[in-house]
Amino acid sequence: MKRVAVVGASLAGVRAAQELRAQGYDGGIVLIGEERHLPYDRPPLSKAFLAGTASPASLELLDAGDLASLALDFRLGVRATALEPSNRRVLLSDGGSVHADGVVIATGGRARTLPGFEGAFVLRTLDDAVALRAALVPGVRVVVVGAGFIGAEVASTCRSLGLDVVVVEALPAPLAPVLGPELAAVCARLHRDHGTDLRCGVAVAGMSEAGVHLADGSLIPADVVVTGVGMAPATDWLAGSGLPVGNGVHTDAGLATSLPAVVAVGDVARYHADGAGRRHEHWTNASEQAPVAVANLLAGRTTRTYEPSGYVWSDQYSGTLQLAGHPRPDDTLSFVDGDPASSSFVATFQRDGATVGVFALNNAKLFNRLRRQALRRPAAV
Amino acid sequence: MIRACTVDELPPGESVRIAGAPAIAVFHTEAGELYAIDDTCTHQDASLADGWLEGCFVECPLHAAMFDLRTGMPTCLPAKVPVRTYPVLVDDGVVYVQGVAGEDAA
Ligand SMILES: Cc1cc2nc3c(=O)[nH]c(=O)nc-3n(C[C@H](O)[C@H](O)[C@H](O)COP(=O)(O)OP(=O)(O)OC[C@H]3O[C@@H](n4cnc5c(N)ncnc54)[C@H](O)[C@@H]3O)c2cc1C
Ligand code: FES
Repeated sequence: MKRVAVVGASLAGVRAAQELRAQGYDGGIVLIGEERHLPYDRPPLSKAFLAGTASPASLELLDAGDLASLALDFRLGVRATALEPSNRRVLLSDGGSVHADGVVIATGGRARTLPGFEGAFVLRTLDDAVALRAALVPGVRVVVVGAGFIGAEVASTCRSLGLDVVVVEALPAPLAPVLGPELAAVCARLHRDHGTDLRCGVAVAGMSEAGVHLADGSLIPADVVVTGVGMAPATDWLAGSGLPVGNGVHTDAGLATSLPAVVAVGDVARYHADGAGRRHEHWTNASEQAPVAVANLLAGRTTRTYEPSGYVWSDQYSGTLQLAGHPRPDDTLSFVDGDPASSSFVATFQRDGATVGVFALNNAKLFNRLRRQALRRPAAV
Repeated sequence: MIRACTVDELPPGESVRIAGAPAIAVFHTEAGELYAIDDTCTHQDASLADGWLEGCFVECPLHAAMFDLRTGMPTCLPAKVPVRTYPVLVDDGVVYVQGVAGEDAA
């Protein structure tokens, strides 16, 4: 293999490039990224960066030393528009193309938008964050649609800036499908304890200059509206490539696609294991998939399979939330330390007598010990 | 030089955090070596003394950056900046960290 094209210059793409070098590949690596920025880290976009306490430079994933040692051929500000497997080529939006013996698909996803919410802010990219931050001037009233991780973090940061925030969520409790009812109640409490007006079970109809209109006809006045309603995998450019791309790029359990020498990593990868397709939208997943996908790419066949740790963190208000494993909302929750009313606790999810997940609020040490001891084997899902 | 703890208070596989500016984490590896580094992860603000000790590496408890206790260098993202390391000295059953000004911490 003389040249590998990595499409998507964010976390998964960078980790793949690092792994190519770490695993001894010394050919060319072309890193193609639609954004004009050098690769940067997204989690701070809703936290310190939005709050104004982290600089753009602090987000960069690669420092000067990394850039020198990885010897990447960057194509930034250029979108891959097609993958032509028969010619081993990736076509680019600037009219050029890249010939490559191997391809790593790391195109992540784009923020979903809501019909009727044209003009609302979303938060996926650095440019999104710069635009939103500029709008968060003193005195604006903010409405956040969606109380998932990103919506909750945006609300939290806006409160830290002293702004009035209303969060509207269609579900009866935030994050209930992920965390179950008891921990969803904890998340709701974090909002309320910090002065955010959280309204659950609310359907939105659209927005206007006046604010956010609800399905029941009422209006929540707003100067700034942010939608945090998830993302859609960026697979449009793969049309015609022959790859199945429903809800992400389909791969085997080792992140290899049905095309030879093409693997997928990160938020865009929908891998199949135990008969089910799975996709994760979390930082650690993108990082952990890279060594597996790259090993299989270099081996030319699937020699390793991916076992997700299921690790996710989120910083909301005064709390660091940590989750590991693969719990379901109907698992039994038991509190190992503290209780749902305390500012620090650790709980485990039990199913059929086995621990399948660990959750902590502000208790990193015990969380990590339990995560290692109780989740030593990946839970059968 | 600051007094960290007694050797008995720090069995192999354990760590202690010494409050101060900067806070320092002292580790006793399973192999019996003692290391001291800045306690605060250079990525965000986690206490590395709360991290997972594996050989002579510590994994940050928040986002799993690994630091080499011998050099302070991060070995993976998301940390990019090394932590400071400090020499450790044992005298008469007491662990001291060198190169830091400060009161006895114990
Ligand atoms: C605001 C925010 C906060 C987050 N906070 C957390 C957190 O606290 N904890 C956590 O675990 N996770 C968090 N995440 C999730 C985490 O950032 C993602 O899981 C991670 O970024 C996934 O990396 P990726 O490289 O797979 O995809 P992405 O980061 O989406 O990167 C894909 C890149 O590919 C580019 N691209 C797309 N299509 C093309 C194309 N055709 N040609 C060229 N380039 C293309 C895109 O422009 C983008 O730069 C957060 C995400 C966001 C947006
Ligand atoms: S705070 Fe240590 S890795 Fe993030």
